[in-house]
Amino acid sequence: MKYVNKAVPKVDYKALVTGKAVYTDDLAPADALIVKLVRSPYAHALIKDINTARAEAVPGIECVLTWKDCPNKRFTMAGQTYPEPSPYDRLILDQRVRFVGDAVAIVAGTTKDAVNKALRLIKVKYEVLEPVLDFHKAKDNAILVHPEENWESRCPVGADNKRNLCAHSEEKEGDVDAVLASCDYIIDQTYHTKANQQAMMETFRSFSYLDTYGRLNVVAATQIPFHVRRILSNALDIPKSKVRVIKPRIGGGFGAKQTVITEVYPALVTWKTGKPAKMVYTREESFIASTPRHEMEVHVRLGADKNGIIKGLDVYALSNTGAYGEHGPTTIGLTGHKPIPIYGKAEAFRFVYDVVYTNVMSAGAYRGYGATQGFFAVESAVNELAAKMGMDPAVIREMNIVQEGQVMPAYYGETANSCALDRCVARAKEMIGWDEKYPSRDMGNGKVRGVGMALAMQGSGISNVDTGSVTLKVNDDGFYSLMIGAADMGTGCDTILAQMAAECLDCSMEDIIVHGVDTDVSPYDSGSYASSTTYVTGMAVVKACESLIHKFCSRAAEYMGCTEEDVEFDGKQAVNVKTGESISRAEIGNRVMCNSNEPLSASEAFSSPVSPPPYMAGIAEVEIDKETGQVDLVDYVAVVDCGTVVNPSLARIQTEGGIAQGIGMALYEDIIYDDKGKTFSNSFMQYKIPSRLDVGTIRVDFESSYEPTGPFGAKSVGEIVINTPAPAIASAVYNAVGVNIRELPITAEKVYWGMQEK
Amino acid sequence: MEIKFVLNGKPTVADVAADTVLLDLLRKLGCYSVKCGCETTNCGLCTVWIDGRSRLSCSVLAAGIEGKEITTLEGLQREAEEFGAFLAAEGAEQCGFCSPGFIMNVLAMFRELENPTVEEIKEYLAGNLCRCTGYMGQLRAIQKYMNRDRKEVQA
Repeated sequence: MKYVNKAVPKVDYKALVTGKAVYTDDLAPADALIVKLVRSPYAHALIKDINTARAEAVPGIECVLTWKDCPNKRFTMAGQTYPEPSPYDRLILDQRVRFVGDAVAIVAGTTKDAVNKALRLIKVKYEVLEPVLDFHKAKDNAILVHPEENWESRCPVGADNKRNLCAHSEEKEGDVDAVLASCDYIIDQTYHTKANQQAMMETFRSFSYLDTYGRLNVVAATQIPFHVRRILSNALDIPKSKVRVIKPRIGGGFGAKQTVITEVYPALVTWKTGKPAKMVYTREESFIASTPRHEMEVHVRLGADKNGIIKGLDVYALSNTGAYGEHGPTTIGLTGHKPIPIYGKAEAFRFVYDVVYTNVMSAGAYRGYGATQGFFAVESAVNELAAKMGMDPAVIREMNIVQEGQVMPAYYGETANSCALDRCVARAKEMIGWDEKYPSRDMGNGKVRGVGMALAMQGSGISNVDTGSVTLKVNDDGFYSLMIGAADMGTGCDTILAQMAAECLDCSMEDIIVHGVDTDVSPYDSGSYASSTTYVTGMAVVKACESLIHKFCSRAAEYMGCTEEDVEFDGKQAVNVKTGESISRAEIGNRVMCNSNEPLSASEAFSSPVSPPPYMAGIAEVEIDKETGQVDLVDYVAVVDCGTVVNPSLARIQTEGGIAQGIGMALYEDIIYDDKGKTFSNSFMQYKIPSRLDVGTIRVDFESSYEPTGPFGAKSVGEIVINTPAPAIASAVYNAVGVNIRELPITAEKVYWGMQEK
Repeated sequence: MEIKFVLNGKPTVADVAADTVLLDLLRKLGCYSVKCGCETTNCGLCTVWIDGRSRLSCSVLAAGIEGKEITTLEGLQREAEEFGAFLAAEGAEQCGFCSPGFIMNVLAMFRELENPTVEEIKEYLAGNLCRCTGYMGQLRAIQKYMNRDRKEVQA
């Protein structure tokens, strides 16, 4: 293949490495009003009065908006296909504030200084209410986070605002209690993962203006342009036809930008004033009022027979969605649906969950999307089983893992059509030298090194839901426009989709220009999330190319006066195979522009009935200081089966980057609240993400299977890669010093006290 | 107040307030490569050179650059593209938002250290955060860039 499976540099790289003005804030009009928010100092309160008079009098202030200026129609900020499983529980501004940092008033003015001054002059009278801060006590608590009558859940997800429930469900296969009762070994433990910030380098931001036709145009750092259009229409209570959303280059997303964060505020200002407006979150705002990973407590009961065959898995997960329900009902599904099916010999499973409202900042989508939490729990339990049985945790996995061709009852009954997990495990062991290093080595200098393993899978798009569509146009001289609605957020989908198109159309990458995303002109795409773009939109590219080639042949036949069956298209020209006559792509491109009935273009959409899982194995080697409990990551190896690797360098970076984030989750990152619900973790000083000194060495390899339903055999890679570090590092710590850490992050203090208790 | 300084080789005059931060001034002057990632001097995105040394422009008052030479990535386009090609070959520019500050510091490192070791590289660039790449690809790009001349000689 010419382009697929080649490390092609990103099509936009030159602009990025030379620092061109291609991001949202670089493109905002110089006269855009600066928009900022008054934020609640209380975790739970009712606004009794807001005095805005003095603020409005500040020179340069354009407007101050309060809850009285906002439509009283609830909506969700979650970027999901309609009807969204997330509850409609938001207003742009509400009389009830539900976390420290919740929006109270919007201020817009011509300069930052004027706006900052006005913010200080707004006087708010609150009736302070008792908050719900402990997520264990939220369900059926007398205090309700969302008592309002116009709260609405549009999908059957078991939500009930009168019980602080954002979602609840139970599912099972077989009689798990009976199976567990018959097991020789049982692991019965609870694992606690914390809320984590995506911490992409570009904070949340957007700007808006009215165009020639009086329509609201919004340029936003978002993964979900088409959902933003709907959300803004809902929030402002205006027709969708009045809204246009444009996505420029994005400085990272990781799921954070799968939720609307800033867009509603400048949009409301522009809609009210007719003036351009922009909002750029500070890093502090991105830490206190954003959309971090759902904190979860996952109770696992895992049973195995005397040989180590895992017979049953019983998982209960409690998830904290915070003040609003964005992605609450959907993230939790993955907590069970991804980790349980890996153990292919289990005869029974049960998965029960509650997602609860509390008065902390709303959680949302973060790479891994609930699966990450589930993997920490289930993979840790498997490692504990191995320890209890005195078995090698690699061996216990080799005996139990799902094999290619096997049906996965806990994964919607799908068949593992492409699965090289066994090869991933073997290769990862070889790379780290597992047999020599397991379980640990005393280094003789007060330090001990241990190794630990974890497995993971994810999906490729949301089956029967996610839709990717692609339009290919033929222009003058035959160059192509590849129009996509999928949002490149830095990961490189503009590039890999063009690689696929160039492969299918048998042309050079330079013959294709990529355009995305403008909701006025791009074909619909549900957005870049759920590990969907390579697989779902990629298939739409393949289909659109096939369709376009067909049209090429048909038009060439018309021009050459022959039948379509006689024409073959080789990328450069269409040839009449009977006569040898030919017409070039360039010529066809030019001819369709004059006296033509229809310019050549093809549009295709793709939605998949299945979501083929990528698989991976990760192994961590840590070094622990026996005096202090300090954990240093020495080496991390990962082997991924993402099907055909479309772009090896980009897939490698995805993997290394996801692992680094997973290392942060495992060792450092934690959103800490005080007893009043205020977070301390409001800057990179308090919320430490790994620097290049903290990640040791990360080494990645690929063991590819071939996914028959994917483009060129490809599956996803974006999310799975964050799932193994936490359980692998926890296991490495256990193998080094015999301490089980079941609550993240794995700090020196926890390891130290664990060693003392032994 | 009015300040005079040299921006990317050009004599520049700007009117600034006493509390104007260099980062904001540079963006106002059209140097959009200079990004803000944190406001607390932790991320390295706003790295520029003041008299040839890497500095965080978020923590420098504009008033303090009177008479100094300021260099941003806009003034190093050829070198940025040259090193950037190595970065892109690894896919390690990713979202690109940290790339300008990172590349500023990498180019400063090449001027300051001769054949730095892996440990020296990591130490020098420790203040440049990146959330996309996990840092390995950036290191590969630096090492290949450092070895490029050697390869040319061999060829």
